[in-house]
Amino acid sequence: MATNRLFNSLNNVFITLVSLACTLPMLLVLMVSFTDERAIQRNGYQLWPEQFSFDAYNLLLLGSTPLYQSYMISIIITVVGTAIAVLITGLAGYTLSSSHLRYRNHLAVFFFITMVFNTGIVPWYLISTGLGLRNTIWALIIPTLLFNPFNLFLVRNYMRQIPQSLTEAARIDGAGDAFIAFRIFFPLSLPVLATITLFYGISYWNNWFNAIMLVDRESLYPLQYLLFKLNSEISMIQSMQSTMDLGINAVLPSESVKMATAILTIGPIVLFYPFLQKYFIKGLLIGSVKE
Amino acid sequence: MNPPGKKLSMFGELRKNRMAYLLALPAALYTLVFGYLTMPYMIIAFQKFNYKTGIFGSPWVGLDNFRFFFASPRAWQITWTTIKLNMLFIIVGTVCALILAILFNELRSRLFSKVTQSTILFPHFLSWVVVSYIVYSIFSTEFGIANRLLAFLDMQSINWYASPEYWTAILVGANVWKDIGISLVIYLAAITGIDGSYYEAARIDGASRWQLIRHITLPLLMPTISILSLLALGKIMYGSFDMIYAIVKDNGLLYPTTDVIDTYVFRSLRNIGNPAQAMAIGLYQAIVGFILVFGSNLLVRKINPDNALF
Repeated sequence: MATNRLFNSLNNVFITLVSLACTLPMLLVLMVSFTDERAIQRNGYQLWPEQFSFDAYNLLLLGSTPLYQSYMISIIITVVGTAIAVLITGLAGYTLSSSHLRYRNHLAVFFFITMVFNTGIVPWYLISTGLGLRNTIWALIIPTLLFNPFNLFLVRNYMRQIPQSLTEAARIDGAGDAFIAFRIFFPLSLPVLATITLFYGISYWNNWFNAIMLVDRESLYPLQYLLFKLNSEISMIQSMQSTMDLGINAVLPSESVKMATAILTIGPIVLFYPFLQKYFIKGLLIGSVKE
Repeated sequence: MNPPGKKLSMFGELRKNRMAYLLALPAALYTLVFGYLTMPYMIIAFQKFNYKTGIFGSPWVGLDNFRFFFASPRAWQITWTTIKLNMLFIIVGTVCALILAILFNELRSRLFSKVTQSTILFPHFLSWVVVSYIVYSIFSTEFGIANRLLAFLDMQSINWYASPEYWTAILVGANVWKDIGISLVIYLAAITGIDGSYYEAARIDGASRWQLIRHITLPLLMPTISILSLLALGKIMYGSFDMIYAIVKDNGLLYPTTDVIDTYVFRSLRNIGNPAQAMAIGLYQAIVGFILVFGSNLLVRKINPDNALF
């Protein structure tokens, strides 16, 4: 039993270390965002700053920065994109799960083929530009609407378990398919719809691929792309400063501004994390454990 | 309700259930445009593509685009880097996640297990751009933690962003760091699903903890391991553009170990502006990827049909 106890405590120590390894790097970014720029120049990044400073957040939140604009863009594409994606995935999931439809499996194959046969970014790019999406907000929403047809099959498999007797009764009462989908299937499928809402929501929030491919106008940069640009284009931070007076011997807080932007980008994810984790794990397990 | 024994014609079926089929129309339209309509564009790999004339009016050049690509030494380098990085992601990721899942399964405190799982899963929800900042805060030559640590140990500091030899390890580390939580959750669920009576029986026979893992847990996890690996293998020619371009960007010094097919295609398309050549490489990528998936699935099915994907 002594070896058992030794094993258990070593195990606890090891797992604590692993979870620290997952947290500390983010903590470092957080701390740097609160560090005085001169302290960074002197000591480099530190987990515990020699001198705290809110300059970066002052600049980002009170100056005239592209941050608010990008935040708006990110929120719009996440909300609108996710809403449309969940709606059309849910509706198609209903059709694919309806056993009274003779062609439901043909339709499933139609969706499945594009899932296994990926033509890559070049045709995707040419079609998106061909549709005139370049430099519009739709470029950030439409070309990735159904990120992954896998979600469609997740919904279908879930809806298949809804007992047929429920729909039969409704049908006898004269209910049509639209009514059955919206009033019976959707309410009964809330867990799986919540899961795909999360999948889509996270993908939209974290997406910067569409922006790098299809958007040149700074006013349309989503948050992630702004963050991406910020690292390579110091001029973006310089232009922020010129609009704000930080005092005579102020140093441009470029390092801490970058890190502060990263932190502000993570914000909403931290906020939703408990919800996220719960439904994410659910969806993951529906989708991946072979029965 | 149609009379029994009499099948409706196709048109009749579609008409009778038109509302039900209509509900799938938006998704079907999307799949048509962004799935099927992308396929004809693949022929530009054999053209000297011009935006003005489009796919119907651009002149044919045979295999020139392929020849151009394969003539350069970069072709083999990026193919090798893509496969090597992905293999390492799969192997290191799976081994780490398995070890972690087995150790998690031995935990006594549910609360401790829940809290640590949450922290390990969290990085998965970060974008690669955010992760690129984390990588930068560790490996930045001027300010990074890594160089400060080296200085503390009285060692020479390293110019990380100019030394390609370290980047295979850094990218594998970043990938495992971000995604280990996902595999951990899946493997842990699979382990929890194992019938407890196997363990009891083995324990009565005097099996040690290690023997239980070696002879019960691992063999019963094999189907899950092989399905996840096969799914990952399906993307082996696709080099996680998001990850590598966010972290490395256009830093040519690091190309020898970090440039993959996806980043190369991106650059030919967006920076050089040659969609035809980019498409040729994309086609090569799709075909090799396809062969690898079917090949490895065939192999797995030969060994144990239950573990195969299809």
